[in-house]
Amino acid sequence: METILKGRRQQVVKKDGKDINIACEKQSLAGSVSQRACVFCGSRVVLYPIADALHLVHGPAGCAAYTWDIRGALSNGPQLHRMSFSTDLREKDVIFGGEKKLYAALNELIDRYQPKAAFVYSTCIIGVIGDDVDAICKRVSKEKKIPVLPVHSEGFKGTKKDGYKAACEAMWKLVGTGNTSGISKFSINIMGDFNIAGETWMIKEYYEKMGVEVVASITGDGRVDDLRRSHGAALNVVQCSGSIIHLARRMKEKYGIPFIHVSYFGIEDMSKALYEVADYFKDETVSNNTRELIQSEVNAILPKLNWYRQKLNGKKACVYTGGAFKAFSLIRSLRMLGVQTVVVGSQTGSPEDYQMLGEITDEGTIIVDDTNPMELAKFVQEKDADLLIGGVKERPIAYKLGLGFCDHNHERKIPLAGYEGMVNFAKEVYTSTCSPVWKLVPRRKHLYEQQVETNCSGSCHECESTCDIKTQCSGAA
Amino acid sequence: MLLRHTDSNVIEREALTVNPAKTCQPIGAMYAALGINKCLPHSHGSQGCCAYHRSTLTRHYKEPIMSGTSSFTEGSSVFGGQSNLLQAVNNMFTIYDPDVIAVHTTCLSETIGDDIPQIVDLAREKGFIPKGKYVFHCNTPSYVGSHVTGFSNMVKAIVDYFAEPVEYKTGKINIIPGWVEPGDMREIKRICYQMGIDTIMFPDTSDVLDAPQTGTYDFYPKGGVTIDDIKKTGSSQKTLALGITSSTAPARALDVKCSVPCEILDLPIGLAATDRFVDSLRKAANVEVPGFIEDERGRVLDFITDTQQYLYGKRVALWGDPDQLVSLTEFLVDLEMKPVYIVTGTPGKKFLTRIEKALNGKVPEAKVKQGANADMFLMHQWIKDEPVDLLIGNTYGKYISRDDDIPLIRHGFPILDRVGHSYFPTVGYAGALRLLEKILDAILSKMDRDSEEESFELVM
Repeated sequence: METILKGRRQQVVKKDGKDINIACEKQSLAGSVSQRACVFCGSRVVLYPIADALHLVHGPAGCAAYTWDIRGALSNGPQLHRMSFSTDLREKDVIFGGEKKLYAALNELIDRYQPKAAFVYSTCIIGVIGDDVDAICKRVSKEKKIPVLPVHSEGFKGTKKDGYKAACEAMWKLVGTGNTSGISKFSINIMGDFNIAGETWMIKEYYEKMGVEVVASITGDGRVDDLRRSHGAALNVVQCSGSIIHLARRMKEKYGIPFIHVSYFGIEDMSKALYEVADYFKDETVSNNTRELIQSEVNAILPKLNWYRQKLNGKKACVYTGGAFKAFSLIRSLRMLGVQTVVVGSQTGSPEDYQMLGEITDEGTIIVDDTNPMELAKFVQEKDADLLIGGVKERPIAYKLGLGFCDHNHERKIPLAGYEGMVNFAKEVYTSTCSPVWKLVPRRKHLYEQQVETNCSGSCHECESTCDIKTQCSGAA
Repeated sequence: MLLRHTDSNVIEREALTVNPAKTCQPIGAMYAALGINKCLPHSHGSQGCCAYHRSTLTRHYKEPIMSGTSSFTEGSSVFGGQSNLLQAVNNMFTIYDPDVIAVHTTCLSETIGDDIPQIVDLAREKGFIPKGKYVFHCNTPSYVGSHVTGFSNMVKAIVDYFAEPVEYKTGKINIIPGWVEPGDMREIKRICYQMGIDTIMFPDTSDVLDAPQTGTYDFYPKGGVTIDDIKKTGSSQKTLALGITSSTAPARALDVKCSVPCEILDLPIGLAATDRFVDSLRKAANVEVPGFIEDERGRVLDFITDTQQYLYGKRVALWGDPDQLVSLTEFLVDLEMKPVYIVTGTPGKKFLTRIEKALNGKVPEAKVKQGANADMFLMHQWIKDEPVDLLIGNTYGKYISRDDDIPLIRHGFPILDRVGHSYFPTVGYAGALRLLEKILDAILSKMDRDSEEESFELVM
């Protein structure tokens, strides 16, 4: 039995000093247990956080059921996005078309919920039966006097990335339709942050402290009216570039708004983001505010991080993310905590992304595109990682292998972005990686037993912290 | 107030499902296929379907869920998914080395009209299917039925493909457990074992989706019914099928194909349904019910006598899958509770009659709704109109529970926010005890929390 499919061999490389030459942006091989999703999924996750819009999934009930409130994208106002609306197509609709049903559903929903706008997601089957979703949306939009926006997200029409693009196209129809008067010259849009566990709120607060106005957060804690006037911002600050870059490019073309790429994960990247925004505005007050903010935030968290760093030093991690951009930040943050990344991969990375991964990782690191559980398990064991960072489908694999796990995807429940988020991240990595339960895992038991022999000074009894017990001493020396 | 938009004014909806009490067929087929030893489920459709099913099953069972996908592209939607499936079968046997691949379709491949058996034949001709290995399939169009239908279709496909008709019958009893938790399947096996009955259970997700931690990652955990055993179901002397909605089709198919007579029972949830199950087992295998099983039953009865005063007349809202709802309703009525609202998104004949029978004329105010528009939104509207004391259903009830301050007992599929449900049975007498404890705990905890200081009691 081979572990890496023949057709996939170009999608796995080991860093050995040379250029990273990896095949990526490919459709997954049929039959591969890929961790990827579809076009619809891409659109749904990007638009989902727009809390005062109606999100209607046009298709059988499944697509709506599986995306019902699965992402902790918080809103401090409307919660309409957390409901699940479906046209629930049945066999006769597939034969005779679902247009009537869609029209009726939209009418009913708009009357009931009075949303600011409606997004209508086309699922696979719509692409086959050929409902004219655009026409229905147009008609309802006219009748109800709100934007009703078709999202062309038929699952099979590409990868998740194409879904991001479809979502951006839908949002693009809103941009430029609002009033931009009164917007400060020091203003930005936060793009590509989804307010998981309230992260957008934290980021927004930083910008406000700097003296920079946030016109729209796209799409975390998003609002339709903010999107409408987002073209009034002076700068687009783009995180999670894959998901939202298309919209940023559109805004640059039409409104001349420049964009910069940032990441809010980890001290380095977070600070870099704020400095870059400040530099853009070339204003002394903003610059001073930024410097003060960063200094005080960093000073507040460094002692805490040092504590975790001591505990985690020498641990090894495997990082598998959706977009590759996030992996960069994670590698840097882990390094700050003394953790070495030994395996890294993404679902949707581009050649440039992988080049970058090659630059920031250590020699011997395994770099992989669109992996599957069997490969992941193999690499993790080969490299003897202590921690896996991934999403929902990877969690139980990590636990079965007896490793710590950190969800850096939809299911994180505490903010991991920003300065405070870095401490949360360190804590999560520490509590999971150093959990006493791994001592009991049959496969890894010997590791801990060895450590007792080599590390234990013999003087500690019932060590002061749980981690000491694990890394240095079995506790009863 | 997450569901702040819900009001009590129920208007007939034509074209709309809000917060569904069901999901689509393929996920049920995937779950059923995981109950076969060394089986790799395969989703013949877009990548997203497979990813969603795997994520949802992972969230519910807290276990790695493996499945291949045909990764449809725009080209496949025009020219059909044949080449994808051929490539998939070849790849899966090459790298994942399963004993069997269980293909299910999706709305996309169904609408395109892919002929799976023909593609599988072609795969065989091309030598993609190693000797002694199998590929089988079932059709699971997402726009027909629900996840329960998908489960049933896959179990029926197991029979259609593998059961072998023979003249000679062994003394074995086939058990088709229906869509229940791995812990339930384990409990059903335990009951049979303790009654001294030799059984073949299919599917069987125990030791697959509740596998122990060993520090290694087994792509195929040790559990699941083997293909050899499935073949032998045709020589068993009887089939007991649990859950009319999910298990009737496979049981009947086995009868027709292999002349194994079947008896179709309700899921053994609650006292009466478990009694019927144990009695049917006794008759089918011609054994005595051992004393300790009678004692187990006695303990359930004892629990009921100890708690009846707290449960009497309590109004309960239930949602989920038909088989669970019927048995739960019967159990609640036996406890003199009032299952007043019952909702399932799963369409299908007989459900309303079965519920009526389970209600036994005891709850004339009961509202029951099935199929289109039978969703959590309607359930909430009913509750707004007249509240209940207790909610029993899957995780999706937690919004109602919070907004209207009603205790929720998680039961059914999916449960996305708790751990443990896959280990502890709710079937059998052991399961009845557990349900009783949960019900009582929910009701008394709320009473404790809400009572005035002067009436807050230590002894209850």
